[in-house]
Amino acid sequence: MALNYYQPLFEVIRDKERCIKCQACARQCANLVHSYDEELDVMVSDPTECVDCQRCVSICPTRALKITDNPNTFRRNSNWSMQIMTEVYKQADSGGVLLSAMGNPKEYPVYWDKILLNASQVTNPPIDPLREPMETKVFLGKKPRNVKFNKDGTVNTDISPTLELSTPIMFSAMSYGSISKNAHESLARAATELGIYYNTGEGGLHRDFYKYGPNTIVQVASGRFGVFKDYLETGAAVEIKMGQGAKPGIGGHLPGAKILEDISKTRMIPMGADAISPAPHHDIYSIEDLRQLVYSLKEATCYKKPIIVKIAAVHNVAAIASGIARSGADIIAIDGYRGGTGAAPTRIRDNVGIPIELALASVDQRLRDEGIRNEVSVVVAGSVRSSADVVKAIALGADAVYIGTAALLALGCHLCRSCQTGKCNWGIATQRPDLVKRLNPEIGYKRLVNLVHAWDHEIKEMMGGMGINSIEALRGNRLMLRGIGLTEKELEVLGIQHAGQ
Amino acid sequence: MKKVYVNEDWCLACHLCEYYCAAANSGAPNMIKAFAGGKKPIPRIKVEEGSGISFAVQCRHCDEPLCVKGCITGALSVKDGVISCDESRCVGCYTCVMSCPYGCIVISEDSKVIQKCDLCVKNNNGDPACVKGCPNKAIVLEER
Amino acid sequence: MTKYVIIGNSAAAIGAVQGIREYDKEGGITIITDEPHHTYSRPLISYWLEGKVADDKMYYRGEDFYKENNVDVLFSRRAEKIEKNSVVLDGGDRIAFDKLLVATGSKPFIPPMKGLDKVKNSFTFMTWDSAKAIKKKVKKNTKVLIIGAGLIGLKAAEALHHLNADITVVDLADRILPSILDVRAGEIMQKHIESKGTKIILNTSVEEFSPNSAKLTNGDTVDFDILITAVGVRPNTELISEAGGKVERGIITDDTQLTTLKNIYAAGDCTVSHDCSTDTDRILALLPNAFMQGEVAGKNMAGAEAHYQNAIPMNAIGFYGLHIITAGSYDGEEYVEEDAENERYKKLVFKDGLLKGYILMGDVKRAGIYTSMIKERIPLDNVDTDIMKDSPQMLMFGRARRLEKLGGIAVKE
Repeated sequence: MALNYYQPLFEVIRDKERCIKCQACARQCANLVHSYDEELDVMVSDPTECVDCQRCVSICPTRALKITDNPNTFRRNSNWSMQIMTEVYKQADSGGVLLSAMGNPKEYPVYWDKILLNASQVTNPPIDPLREPMETKVFLGKKPRNVKFNKDGTVNTDISPTLELSTPIMFSAMSYGSISKNAHESLARAATELGIYYNTGEGGLHRDFYKYGPNTIVQVASGRFGVFKDYLETGAAVEIKMGQGAKPGIGGHLPGAKILEDISKTRMIPMGADAISPAPHHDIYSIEDLRQLVYSLKEATCYKKPIIVKIAAVHNVAAIASGIARSGADIIAIDGYRGGTGAAPTRIRDNVGIPIELALASVDQRLRDEGIRNEVSVVVAGSVRSSADVVKAIALGADAVYIGTAALLALGCHLCRSCQTGKCNWGIATQRPDLVKRLNPEIGYKRLVNLVHAWDHEIKEMMGGMGINSIEALRGNRLMLRGIGLTEKELEVLGIQHAGQ
Repeated sequence: MKKVYVNEDWCLACHLCEYYCAAANSGAPNMIKAFAGGKKPIPRIKVEEGSGISFAVQCRHCDEPLCVKGCITGALSVKDGVISCDESRCVGCYTCVMSCPYGCIVISEDSKVIQKCDLCVKNNNGDPACVKGCPNKAIVLEER
Repeated sequence: MTKYVIIGNSAAAIGAVQGIREYDKEGGITIITDEPHHTYSRPLISYWLEGKVADDKMYYRGEDFYKENNVDVLFSRRAEKIEKNSVVLDGGDRIAFDKLLVATGSKPFIPPMKGLDKVKNSFTFMTWDSAKAIKKKVKKNTKVLIIGAGLIGLKAAEALHHLNADITVVDLADRILPSILDVRAGEIMQKHIESKGTKIILNTSVEEFSPNSAKLTNGDTVDFDILITAVGVRPNTELISEAGGKVERGIITDDTQLTTLKNIYAAGDCTVSHDCSTDTDRILALLPNAFMQGEVAGKNMAGAEAHYQNAIPMNAIGFYGLHIITAGSYDGEEYVEEDAENERYKKLVFKDGLLKGYILMGDVKRAGIYTSMIKERIPLDNVDTDIMKDSPQMLMFGRARRLEKLGGIAVKE
């Protein structure tokens, strides 16, 4: 184009003294930013298509590369930022909806970072997790309201089906299609080794992964892709996806170009056909309708598997959660507005939904107030970034968390937020065979296992500090939390006191 | 004994193994110096690629090594299962190049002698540089 | 304890020692050699003459080799005949054996040439001593006439070229290196050698020698200070034939290297090998062949079972800096790439759905992959022939062979 209204976002900086012209960057960049000019014997770069995924930087054997923000600036304006102006130019070019990926990157408050944890001093001694047993195992599902006895006087242990987790962390729903087969295999193997669960997302379950069924949550979404008898029977639990934190109120659209042979088989749709997930489930317009689906799935799985209902965190989330708890679901999953996605309209991702911290606090409170907290377990998602976030979530009332973005980071993702292009240089959000092979599940699954092990150690450390040796005793224990820099209203919603109180 | 194996399913054709190998055997203390001033030290490992397939090839350290058996000078020998070349005794006749079924004998830059993978036993590199440098575990050192 | 006796001290003999010692650490081994040297590499004599290889680098194995392998060596002794499980030496000594290896190699063939007896400085070029004798006589601009433009003659010419001798090579044949090169490759090589100042006269022989000149059949006269005759070699088979063993062009053995005589094995240039590229029997006078035959013989002598198979003619050699690797036979359908300007030539020969032979000149990288195709008789149907023609690479084979050979994953046949 003769006139470039907007400029590349990034600049490639190559240290010529360090570069040995090995061309690894050129060979690894799916966006063709780097190239080697044989005639001149120089490495050259064109940053136009650079997404700052850091693949080249990571693979450069002499650390000769840096990707930085393009130092070129539009005239500074606090209202019309360069980003906003660029988006206007792009839309003026294309006439299209802006698409983005991964979680909301905007500067909204991160409540996790405004909550502090307690520790024991003197009167209630801390516990050393290296010396004393520390329990992070949790069970997800309905819990009996009170102890029941059989006629012969023994305790009735006949309870609803539950999921047993070695630590209160699961891998979020990410479909095969949005992520690669190798990424899926990494998640599946890690979940199996860790004694936790991963989630198929709405893309069905590849035949090769049925063997990981005992650690798999199978999802039923509005498009019903890949849902059939074997699929439901293979999973350890079934999740009904009503919404997603990154795009509440929006369906999904996997372009036909990505529906290759394996994905077509797994999703049970023709090759090359667009996979469109409608915004609503067309059979669900009320809690009663939802209850029908919950019980249909229970019926289909002989009441042996817990049913999860996943929703996006939106304004009246507490009331919705109450309804779900009454629909017969065993577990409610709530996805906050920072949750990731493989593709979403930018405006939706950045402006719709509410923070998971606030949603969680109000849902937990509402269910308690209504005396139905034991009817469901609550799992939260939407940017749980560290073990500290997990501990805070549990103390706010969650039974467990889903991690998606953190898991992808463990696999190499650098949050370039370009999943929608299908050219993921890390082999995660792509179906291009040459890119998919960059993620060796042998490496990937071990990194996931390492991550969750590390978090589990840290969770135990923090629990020990609080003098708590069982995660059950932490759940909903908001006395362990204090807010900092929060307004009265925020503290009220979170149900915690301010630091110093 | 542990040997180097390659798995073409995980090879990314990044060619880094070649560079790590060349640098490790160049005598230079680091990669930048090994390639400084336009030097191109020759690797003892080679990445082959074509039609979406790629894989590295280096000495298999055969149990019945045709290169060693055919060596006219005795420069090639086997010690503890590792085949290496005493370059001071090599005359560059290339009989080993003719014999190696994998094409793993490399001709030196000045064409005077041959060079070959010795699993980095001579360069104090520890585990082979190609194995350590492979970003995707397409090259592994394993007992099989 | 088995008593092993080996006649010869070159590649086949050394191979036999290693083969024996793999299975028998105890038995006594005696080597009988008519040379005075620790085992040395015969192909290195041209490098030695040239000055590229020093004395201490001539040895085929380290100086402790005999000691480490517990071998007695009788230097400068000739084995005269084999009689009833003994070898009779010059002077009448008898060495008894349980197992004998005849690795006597070959000797230069000197055809009858008129007036040859008048030439004082007449040499052959087969042993270190012959090279030493030549070196004494060569100075800058010494005029050298070499009869024979084969491997030995031209290797001698190259070495002497580095000593700045004035060299003329004469051969009766119409081209150089006919045993390993085709016409075109021979032309390129000839041009290369001539460009370095060595004169080559073909289709010509010596009509008559005077002490310091040769009258050629083409009418020319070539003056020389020294003469080297390198028209060919003859295998040393007499010990076996006189003992009643079967000898044709060379000593006949089975694939365990056993001759037709009980407990007597033979290996190396004195034997006939089976060329699997043409399925014919011929002498394959190649060092790798000699070593491997010797090794197989040694293993069998020590009571193990080993077979020598898949032998083919092959040569890796360079002249005046231009390298060639050739293997197999050139009878079949040809694929040729030529870049004469850059002295590059490639010929692949196919027959019966197999690669049968090749010539690589200039760029010889990874030639062994082609060699393996010939030796292992890998059907062309199993390889990507376009890739194969481009250059030798593992990519031309199917995934199964790659997995097996490179990935260490056994694949069922």
